[in-house]
Amino acid sequence: MAAGVAAWLPFARAAAIGWMPVANLPMPVAPTDKNKRQDELIILNVSGRRFQTWRNTLDRYPDTLLGSSEKEFFYNEETKEYFFDRDPDVFRSVLNFYRTGKLHYPRYECISSYDEELAFFGIVPEIIGDCCYEEYKDRKRENAERLMDDQEDNKDAKLPNMTFRETMWRAFENPHTSTMALVFYYVTGFFIAVSVITNVVETVPCGSAPNQKEVPCGERYTVAFFCMDTACVMIFTVEYLMRLFAAPSRYRFMRSVMSIIDVVAILPYYIGLVMTDNEDVSGAFVTLRVFRVFRIFKFSRHSQGLRILGYTLKSCASELGFLLFSLTMAIIIFATVMFYAEKGSSSSKFTSIPASFWYTIVTMTTLGYGDMVPKTIAGKIFGSICSLSGVLVIALPVPVIVSNFSRIYHQNQRADKRRAQKVQKARLARIRISKTGSSNAFLHSKRNGLFNEALELTQLPYKMNLSDQSSTEEEQRLSKSTSLLESQHHHLLHCLEKTTNHEFVDEQYYQQSYLEAGLQNYPSRSPSLSSQDGVTGTCCTRRSKKHHTPLPNASAPAHMQPLTHTHTHTHQQGLQELSTIHIQPLSTSRSSLNMRIDEPAPLNCQSSQITTAIISIPTPPVTTPEGDAHLPAGPTHQNVVKVSAL
Amino acid sequence: MEAIQGMEVFAIGVVIILFMAVLKQFGILEPMSSFEDSSDSDLELSTVRHQPEGLDQLQAQTKFTRKELQSLYRGFKNECPSGLVDEETFKTIYSQFFPQGDATTYAHFLFNAFDIDRNGSIRFEDFVIGLSVLLRGSVTEKLNWAFNLYDINKDGYITKEEMLAIMKSIYDMMGRYTYPCVRDDAPSEHVDKFFQKMDKNRDGVVTIEEFIETCQKDENIMNSMQLFENVI
Repeated sequence: MAAGVAAWLPFARAAAIGWMPVANLPMPVAPTDKNKRQDELIILNVSGRRFQTWRNTLDRYPDTLLGSSEKEFFYNEETKEYFFDRDPDVFRSVLNFYRTGKLHYPRYECISSYDEELAFFGIVPEIIGDCCYEEYKDRKRENAERLMDDQEDNKDAKLPNMTFRETMWRAFENPHTSTMALVFYYVTGFFIAVSVITNVVETVPCGSAPNQKEVPCGERYTVAFFCMDTACVMIFTVEYLMRLFAAPSRYRFMRSVMSIIDVVAILPYYIGLVMTDNEDVSGAFVTLRVFRVFRIFKFSRHSQGLRILGYTLKSCASELGFLLFSLTMAIIIFATVMFYAEKGSSSSKFTSIPASFWYTIVTMTTLGYGDMVPKTIAGKIFGSICSLSGVLVIALPVPVIVSNFSRIYHQNQRADKRRAQKVQKARLARIRISKTGSSNAFLHSKRNGLFNEALELTQLPYKMNLSDQSSTEEEQRLSKSTSLLESQHHHLLHCLEKTTNHEFVDEQYYQQSYLEAGLQNYPSRSPSLSSQDGVTGTCCTRRSKKHHTPLPNASAPAHMQPLTHTHTHTHQQGLQELSTIHIQPLSTSRSSLNMRIDEPAPLNCQSSQITTAIISIPTPPVTTPEGDAHLPAGPTHQNVVKVSAL
Repeated sequence: MEAIQGMEVFAIGVVIILFMAVLKQFGILEPMSSFEDSSDSDLELSTVRHQPEGLDQLQAQTKFTRKELQSLYRGFKNECPSGLVDEETFKTIYSQFFPQGDATTYAHFLFNAFDIDRNGSIRFEDFVIGLSVLLRGSVTEKLNWAFNLYDINKDGYITKEEMLAIMKSIYDMMGRYTYPCVRDDAPSEHVDKFFQKMDKNRDGVVTIEEFIETCQKDENIMNSMQLFENVI
């Protein structure tokens, strides 16, 4: 609930009088404000700068340092103010958060100092407002990358207990690690260069006998070139096999681009070996030699810049695609126009539209070979328009590609897209969660708050250890965890429930009960627990999503609280305490429910909501100790289980 | 020759069009249509500001103390800096208390109940006078206020349609995820029960006298009226 509307809570509660004449049930008791005092100004002295605010303003967020009694530790008796030895500039943002309900991140602030201040004052950075959240996340990411880069520099120390295979792989990937690796690196580089030069020189015409026509060197010194080629291919094959052996995941290695290049580079030689005698296919064999030029791509292992260029082109695929598309469009348009413009003139080279394509391409890329020129006036006009537009069309996407390259080169953000997607998902989840957060708080406190209403409820016996008499202690313990504001809000929602004689439940429970309309046993549940929105699947960990057989304690993950759970056929009453922030998009839970509709008792075992730090923390649950022994006892025993989130 | 002539004319035509486009870009040649959509219409956001009456007058009109009025005004002004609450803002604020359901319809009825002079916005005076009745008024005054809320057209009678609308809006606030599920006829059932209880002479409408009389006899209702005494 935003802080701003906290001031309107009294109004909302007063307006609830509108429901009273309509309701048929008695209303719950309102929470009382035991120590109600007049609102007063408090002084916060932060490193000498004094801030003043109303006490109520700070009380809006009881989970933070300033909103709870933790600030009493900083109270200075002599000066009657709260003294904090922290940065006053950042404190300004912190205090504004209390005032307006929105946390802003100032751009000039260093990200780590801001994070520290937030951590000190107990504010979760996730509640930074949308206006500043992007900036905050960007800075945070840059900082994390910087830290990672620093760490990587220290990572080259050799780890003990590496197998021979792992050492080899590390040697291949980082040549700086050992001398052998460096030697290997240079040797392969040398041979790649030699191989490429050989291929090139092969075709140069060497001197020839005077009566014969010039032959290329390759045909003159066949044996020498063949030996050279063989040697290079040997080295490349050995290198490839060694890499294949050392790779941690051979399948993945074989699918990687570099290994494909390796294979393509050496394959023509072997194919040539096999096929030399066959005259028909030798033509094709000659074509295959073209692929030997792929050896030059092997240099990309040796050059970081080449790799980044390759990655840039891949990541700019959309810009390149746009460039290609617009060029094609323009080529077709201009070729058509030129063809028709030049149709009349005699001896025109523009014999057909495809023939005009060549002219258009040459003109648009400002090459201008001059083998085809328009002769008519119209042709010349359109030709000039063509060349002007060519400059524009080609010049437009190029800066984007260039900036991409430089960005990647400098920051090496290979995982940028992946991380950006996660952030986006997380943001959407955040927004949704803040909406469900307050309703969850109500549902949580309903379970806990029943102790406070033990006075008026129910005639059916319920198996709770606590009775009215002992409830005061519990009450105090419990009321500590929910602020007055929250309890008032929950009282309001409770009144609405009573007015309409229906109860709020959370979505999971609703989905379940909707799906299994016939399978549930309502009467056996004790009303106090039955009024819960039993969030189910507490016993099912993520691992055992699909099974709904009773799971013994041992199979639960180690951090599950050591309480038992009954697992009836239909569904489970459970208390799900979410102590970690775990984000699960709502759509998946729904779709997974749909998927499991054919199972007899689908269980939604996914934790679906989160509570942020603002929400009150649920207190220890009600447990019935006899639940252990009555595991198969069926629906009459309903145990409340506390499971910490996975 | 004809074809060439045609193409030449076409070419020259294209050149002229491009020339005009360039001129337009430089703002030298202004076509007629660019004046209509100027951004003056963005200023329709009114800069109306409303100052409330003085503290003394409000103290006289309501049963709040000075400090309470101050605290109320601070909260009010925080959320509505212009001093006026329009219906949209009101709905937004009220909806925040009921995240699971749709509180806009009920907020609409509430808005009409608070906006005494029916001018489409609630001033601080209206707000505080309404609150004074609800929190510090006598039971009869509260019941009057509730009757006024239910009587949508303010004609002095609550008809079944009016009550049905109110009931539906209350059930809307519960949202979808309730236990047991809200059936479609739940509001009308509830309305029938209400009319059975309230409509003594079975004439299909509830008058203010019937309403107050029935409520005063009902234990639950009388207790619940006292529920929010200590809200401020």
